[in-house]
This record gives sequence, structure tokens and C-alpha cells, in this order.
Amino acid sequence: MDPALIGLACDLATGIAFLVGGTFLLIGTFGLIRLPDVWARFHAAGVIDTIGAELILIGMMFQTGLTQTTLKLALIGLFLFVTGPTATHAVANAAFVAGIRPQRLTRNEAEAVLGDDTPEGMKA
Amino acid sequence: MTKALGLLVALFALWLALSGYFKPFLLTVGVLSCLFTLYLARRMNLLDDEAVPLQLRLTLPLYWSWLGGEIFKSALAVSKVILSRDMAISQQFIAVESPLKTDMGHVIFANSITLTPGTVTVEAAPGKFLVHALTDEAAGPEGFAEMARRVAVVETR
Repeated sequence: MDPALIGLACDLATGIAFLVGGTFLLIGTFGLIRLPDVWARFHAAGVIDTIGAELILIGMMFQTGLTQTTLKLALIGLFLFVTGPTATHAVANAAFVAGIRPQRLTRNEAEAVLGDDTPEGMKA
Repeated sequence: MTKALGLLVALFALWLALSGYFKPFLLTVGVLSCLFTLYLARRMNLLDDEAVPLQLRLTLPLYWSWLGGEIFKSALAVSKVILSRDMAISQQFIAVESPLKTDMGHVIFANSITLTPGTVTVEAAPGKFLVHALTDEAAGPEGFAEMARRVAVVETR
């Protein structure tokens, strides 16, 4: 295939990935400000550090081609994939143990899972 | 022994990928540093299923790509909630059964739940997780059952 055409296809792919990823980053940031409390904001942060960050990385990979840099970007993506949820869980667990109650909780099965170990303030 | 060899290969592959050097002297130093790391890991009793998860099925990347699709779908759902005028959120703590057999299976399942926007694993008890969900749709039990079924496929060979 014509190298110029491949270059154009890569540029297009990068453009799309950046556009979609950037949109998710913006929406996530908006959500961080707009959602009512820490529990709801976790989910906005989730949008940012999963789909937003990964799409930006994928977009960059289309620009670097088959090089070592692409491999490094893929590794960054992989580590984000593993460390992101670990960090989110650490913060969520801290909020839970500290007894920060979500606003307008519609269903609470904490005691079904933890029994007597449920922290004060999290009981139904 | 298999675990030690697996870790050595993985460490050296990472060293090569990050350094990009192929000079004989540097390669030797790289191998030596990997061997030293292996010795330390062995001394610390780290050569188990957790540090060297060779027991996982090789179809793990397929699971990741399926998970990627799920992340995209739920990211769209959360974005819709954020952008909607009245923000129809219904926060809840739900109990999710984890039917998996190995510790690694539980970890993959819990991390997958957290990775999907709209659900966060908050606490773990034997055989079940406490999950915080943003909306009623995100809290649907079918999604978790499907995910657990797919993790069960990759957790052991």
C-alpha cells in the first residue's frame, strides 16, 4: 500500500482517538465538579482514568508506528489498566471505613456482606 | 522452577522493551540484574501464583478486549448521566457474589468491576464483594454474572 495513504489513515485514527478520548476527559472533569458527593465523583474519575487516558495513549500509538516508543506506550496503558482500579479501590475503601455516607442511598446491602464488621454510619 | 524461569523471561523482556539496547556488554548487565532480581524475589518467597500468574489462561488478552468494550459502554452511560439535566443518579451499595475459585480470579473480577465506570468495589468478604453503583442500570446483576463467567474461563487452565 502507498505509504502516504497509511500515514493519512494513522493521522485520521489519531484524530478520532484524541477527539473521543478528549471528549470523555472533558465530560469526566465536568462530572467531577457537577456530581453531588465523593461516591458519585469516583465514577466520573473512572471515566477519566479508564477510557479517557487509554484512548489518548492509543491515539499516540498511531503516531509512533512500529517502534520501541509504541511498546512503551502500550506498557503505560497496561500499567494504568492495573493500577487505576487499585488506587480507586483504596480511596473508596478509605471513604467507606471512615463512614462517609453517600447522599440519598437507595439500597444498602453492606451488612449482608460484612455483617458485624460494617463500620458505624454505613449500617442501613 | 517454572515460576522462576517465567519471571526471568518476563523481567528480561521488560528490560529489553524499556532499554532498547542490544550491545553485548549492556545485555550481560541486563541479564545479571534480572538474575539478581530473581534471587531477591526468591528470598522474599514471591514466586507464587500472585507474583508470577502463569496459571492464567492465555486468552486473557481476549478477556481484556471484551472488558474494553464494556468499559466503553458504561463510560457512555455514565457520561449520559453527567450531562443530563436532572442527573438521574441512584446511589447504592450492592452485594455481588463472586463464584470464582482462586485469589487471582477474585482480584481480576473486583478490579474489572472497579474499572467499569459506574461501579466501584468497596470492600471484600469471603465469596462476595460490596460494590457501590451510581445508577440502577449499573447495579444490574446480569452484568456481574456475565463478567464473573468470563473471569472463570481465564482464571485457571
